[in-house]
Amino acid sequence: MADLPVPQSHIRNFCIIAHIDHGKSTLADRILEYTGALSSREMQEQVLDSMDLERERGITIKLQAVRLQYKADDGETYTLHLIDTPGHVDFTYEVSRSLAACEGALLVVDAAQGIEAQTLANVYLALDNDLEILPVINKIDLPSAEPERVKQEVEDVIGLDASDAVLASAKNGIGIKDILEQAVKKIPSPQGDRNKPLKALIFDSHYDAYKGVVCYIRVIDGTIKPGSKIKFMGTGAQFDVVEVGTFRPRATSVDELGPGDVGYVTASIKNVKDTRVGDTITDAKNPTAEPLPGYRRINPMVFCGLYPIESTDYNDLREALEKLELNDASLRFEPETSQALGFGFRCGFLGMLHMEIIQERIEREFNIPLITTAPSVVYKVTLTNGQTLDISNPSEYPEQGKIEQVEEPYVKASVIVPNDYVGAIMELCQGKRGEFVDMQYLDANRVTLKYEIPLAEIVYDFFDQLKSSTKGYASFDYELSGYRASNLVKMDILLNGEKVDALSFIVHRDRAYQRGRVICEKLKDLIPRQMFEVPIQAAVGQKIISRETIKAMRKNVLAKCYGGDITRKRKLLEKQKEGKKRMKQVGSVEVPQEAFMAVLKLDDD
Amino acid sequence: MSHETPNLARELSNMTREVPAGTAVPPLHAWKPRALYIHIPFCTNKCFYCDFNSYVAEGQPIDAYLDALEREMERTVAAIPPERIETVFVGGGTPTVLNPAQMARFLASVRRHFPLAPDAEYTMEANPGTTDPAKLDAMREGGVNRISFGAQTFDNGLLKTIGRIHEADDVVRSVANAKAAGFANLSIDLMFGLPNQKLHHLQDSVSRALELDLPHYSLYSLKVEENTLFHRLYERGELPLPEEEEEIAMYEHLIERLTGAGYGHYEISNFARPGRESRHNTVYWRNEPYYGLGAGAHGYALGRRHMNIKGVLPYIGAAQERLPRLETLEVSPEEAKEDFMMVGLRLLSGVRGADFRNQFGPGERLGERFEAPLARLTEQNLLERTPDGEGYRLTRQGVMLGNEVFGAFLS
Repeated sequence: MADLPVPQSHIRNFCIIAHIDHGKSTLADRILEYTGALSSREMQEQVLDSMDLERERGITIKLQAVRLQYKADDGETYTLHLIDTPGHVDFTYEVSRSLAACEGALLVVDAAQGIEAQTLANVYLALDNDLEILPVINKIDLPSAEPERVKQEVEDVIGLDASDAVLASAKNGIGIKDILEQAVKKIPSPQGDRNKPLKALIFDSHYDAYKGVVCYIRVIDGTIKPGSKIKFMGTGAQFDVVEVGTFRPRATSVDELGPGDVGYVTASIKNVKDTRVGDTITDAKNPTAEPLPGYRRINPMVFCGLYPIESTDYNDLREALEKLELNDASLRFEPETSQALGFGFRCGFLGMLHMEIIQERIEREFNIPLITTAPSVVYKVTLTNGQTLDISNPSEYPEQGKIEQVEEPYVKASVIVPNDYVGAIMELCQGKRGEFVDMQYLDANRVTLKYEIPLAEIVYDFFDQLKSSTKGYASFDYELSGYRASNLVKMDILLNGEKVDALSFIVHRDRAYQRGRVICEKLKDLIPRQMFEVPIQAAVGQKIISRETIKAMRKNVLAKCYGGDITRKRKLLEKQKEGKKRMKQVGSVEVPQEAFMAVLKLDDD
Repeated sequence: MSHETPNLARELSNMTREVPAGTAVPPLHAWKPRALYIHIPFCTNKCFYCDFNSYVAEGQPIDAYLDALEREMERTVAAIPPERIETVFVGGGTPTVLNPAQMARFLASVRRHFPLAPDAEYTMEANPGTTDPAKLDAMREGGVNRISFGAQTFDNGLLKTIGRIHEADDVVRSVANAKAAGFANLSIDLMFGLPNQKLHHLQDSVSRALELDLPHYSLYSLKVEENTLFHRLYERGELPLPEEEEEIAMYEHLIERLTGAGYGHYEISNFARPGRESRHNTVYWRNEPYYGLGAGAHGYALGRRHMNIKGVLPYIGAAQERLPRLETLEVSPEEAKEDFMMVGLRLLSGVRGADFRNQFGPGERLGERFEAPLARLTEQNLLERTPDGEGYRLTRQGVMLGNEVFGAFLS
C-alpha cells in the first residue's frame, strides 16, 4: 500500500522504560490493539517479544519498532513509532540505542512494587538524552496497588512531576487512551529537514536469508527511497537501496522514509560486517558533513570460552557468532585454543544474562552443543618489567613471580530492598568483598544500598544469592566504577595430575583455600567415575591447596538373565554410550559439560 | 485348513528378505535356527523384582494359550522349516505351573512340530514347590532332560523380602525329587545384591547350594527394573540395597567359592562342571539364531529379530490369524557384527576369529573390523588375547566392567 509521507508535526517517537514484570510488553500489546495495528484476534500474546527465548524468560532482549496510526481527540491522525526496550541490567547499551531514536519515553512503574533499581538507571539515561518522560502507574487494579505512594516516589526519587501520571492497567486495558493522548500532546514532534542531505541512524539490524541485512533506521534529515545510493559513514560501504518500509507490526514496504520516520532499509547487503549498529547512513552522492554521534561502543565486562563439543562444529560456531554479532554490537569474540577443549572462541559479554542468552541461542537456533568455561572479568596486570597486560582468560595469567601488581574491576552496585532485608544485603555484600558507600530510605519501607564490589564477585553467584537472601524482593543495578589493586592469585585445577587450562580461575588470595576446597568437592560430584582413580587437585602455583579423589569405577556389568532379548541389552548399552557423548575427553578423563561451569555455581558453605 | 494357505503364503513371502542389490547376506543370516525357546507366561504369583512377561496363573486361559502356541508352532515351521533342533528351553513365568496333563500335551506338541536331535538339551525352568513326581514324570516323558530351579537364596527372610513363596527347604526337596525322577542335569539360580542382604547371608546360601552338588549354577545380581514393586520402593527411597562395595564383595565371593569347588566360570553369571554348560544359552552368547515362541518371546532367524505380542489374550487372538509378532527388526550385517562382540564377550572363553569368519564370511577379520575398541580395551586391561591368539576375552577386571567393554563395540 502506498503511503503519503506523514507531516513531521504528526509523528511521535517513543519507547517504554520499565522493570521486568512491571508490564511493559502487555502495555505495548494493548497499544497495538487500541490503535488497530492488530485486532485482538490476530494478537499473539505479547507480539513484540518475538524470540522464543524472550517469551520463555519473560524479558525483552532485542528491540523492535512498530508504526501505529492514532486518531487523537483533536481530530487529527498521528503516526506513532513505538520502540521496545530491554529491561535488564546487562542491556543498558540496547536501551541507549532505542532512546537515541526517540523524543519521548513512557516510564512504567508497578503500582504495588514501586521504582526498581534498573528502572532508575534507564530513566537517568533517558533524561541524559533529553527525552520527554511520561510516568505511567501500572497495575492499579491489583489489591496491593498504592498508586499515590508510587507517584510520590517518582517525584521524590527521580524528581519528575507525576501529577499528570496516567493510572493504568495494561492487563485490563485501563488508561491506554490517556497514554496515547499524552504522547500526542507532550512528546515533541521530530525536528529535521527533508531538504538536507540524508542522515539516518541504524539502531538495530538483523539478517534475512532472502533480503540480506535488514537495517532498522531512524531518519533525522533528508529522505531515503528504493534506488537511492547510500553510504555507511563508519564502514564506508556503499549500496543501492532495494526496499524501505515500516513495521505495522509486519514489515510493510513504503515509497520513502523521511525525517522522523522509523522503519527499515534493505540493500542486498550480504556481508554482515558492512553494517554496524550506531552507524550513520547518508546519501552516497550528496553526503551529510557530520555523522551522528552514534553509540559509545561499550566494552564487554565478562568473558568466557565457548567451545563446540564436536570439534567439527567449529566453523558453524564461527558463523553463528558472526550472525549474532550483527545485531549485538556488544558481543565480542576471537579464536582461542585450549589444551583441554581444542579450538573455540573467547567471547565477551555485557553480563551474565547476556552470556547465558548468547549461549542458549547458539545451542537452540544454530543447534551447536557447547561447552562454556567459567566467566572471567578483565584483570589489568603490571609485570615486574613494567609491561601491562589485560587478562580476560585465566589460563593466560602470568606467573606470580613476574607480577608487580594486579588490578581488578569494581562496580558501584545499587540494591533497592524492603528494609527488613537490609541486614541480609549487608552481609551478602560484605561477604563479596564489598565496601559500603551509602544507604538511603526511598520511603518508610524501602531502602537503597550502595556498595563498591569487585565485578568478579558479582559474576560469581551474586544474583542467585541476592534472590535467595531477599526472597526475590531486591532489585539490583550496577555500573563499572574503575579498577583497584587487589591481592589475587590464579587457581589451577588438575585432573589426574594434569592441569586443565579451561578450569583455571582467578581468586582473591584470602578466598583461595575455601574456593579450592569447594570446587574440588563439586567436581568430584560432577565427574562420573572412570575406570581408574582420578585425583582432583586445586593448586596455586606449585602449592596444592585441596584434593579430592574420584574412586575408580569397580563394577559395571549386568549379571542378569535377559535370555534372548538382545535388543534390550543393546538399548541399555546404547543409553550408556549416549551419556558418554555429552562428555569431553580431557587427557584420559571424561568430563561432562557442566563441570566447566562448576567454578561458578558454588555455595560457599 | 485350506483357508490358511494364502496367509501362510504371505507370511512366507514376508520372510523372504528384500536385500538391496550388491548387499551381501552374511552366512549367519542364512542359517536355520537350531535352538528353540518357548515362553510360558504364567506364575503362581509375581515376585517383587520381576519384570519378565508373566501373569498370575489363576483364572488364566492356559489351555487356550497352549492351543495358540500350537498355532504359532505350525506357522513357524511353515515359514522357516527346521532342520534339526539341538536345544530347547522352556522359560517363563513358571512353566511348571502347567498340570501334568497340560504338560504332557504341551511337550507332545513341541515334538510334533520340531525334529529334536537325539542328544538335544531340553531345559525347563521350575520353581521350588511346583514339581511333584507326577509332573516330573510328564516332563521326563515329554523329553525334558534339564531343570533350572529359581532358588534365589536359602535365607527364608530374604525369600519373603523379594516376594518368593517357597522356602529354603522346598529347594532341597525339589532337587531331591528331580534327582529321584531321573534328572541329573540340574541348575539353580541364586541372587545377590538383594535388599538387606549381607555378605554372610550369601556365604550361607552358597554353602547350601554347593551341598546340593549340582552340575550348574547361575548367579544373578538384582537389578531394579521399572514396573516392579521394587522400583516403586526404590523411587521412594525404601529399598535398602547393599552398598556397591558390599555387592562387589558378594560377586567376588561367589566366583571364588564356585571356582574353588571345581566349577568353571564360563559366562558372567554362569558356572558349570566341565561339559555341563548351558548349551541353549550359549547359542545366544554365540550370536546364533533361535526360534522364539510364546507371548513376549524373542526370536532371531534369517537376519531378523522379532518380539511377540506380550499379553496372553492378545497373543491367543493373534496366533489364530498370523504369526503373533509385536515387532520385527531387520538386523544389518554391521549390527550383527556388533552383536557378535556384545554378546560373545560375555563368555569368558571370549570371541574367536574363526566364528566371526563363519558368521560373516571368509574375508571378514574381527581384529580389523573392531581395531580401535579392541586396542583401547586391551590397553585398559579390560580385554586380552585368547591363549591361541585367535580371539579376545575379558580380563578379570573386564568381567567386573563388562558393560564398558560391550558398549565400546556399538556404533
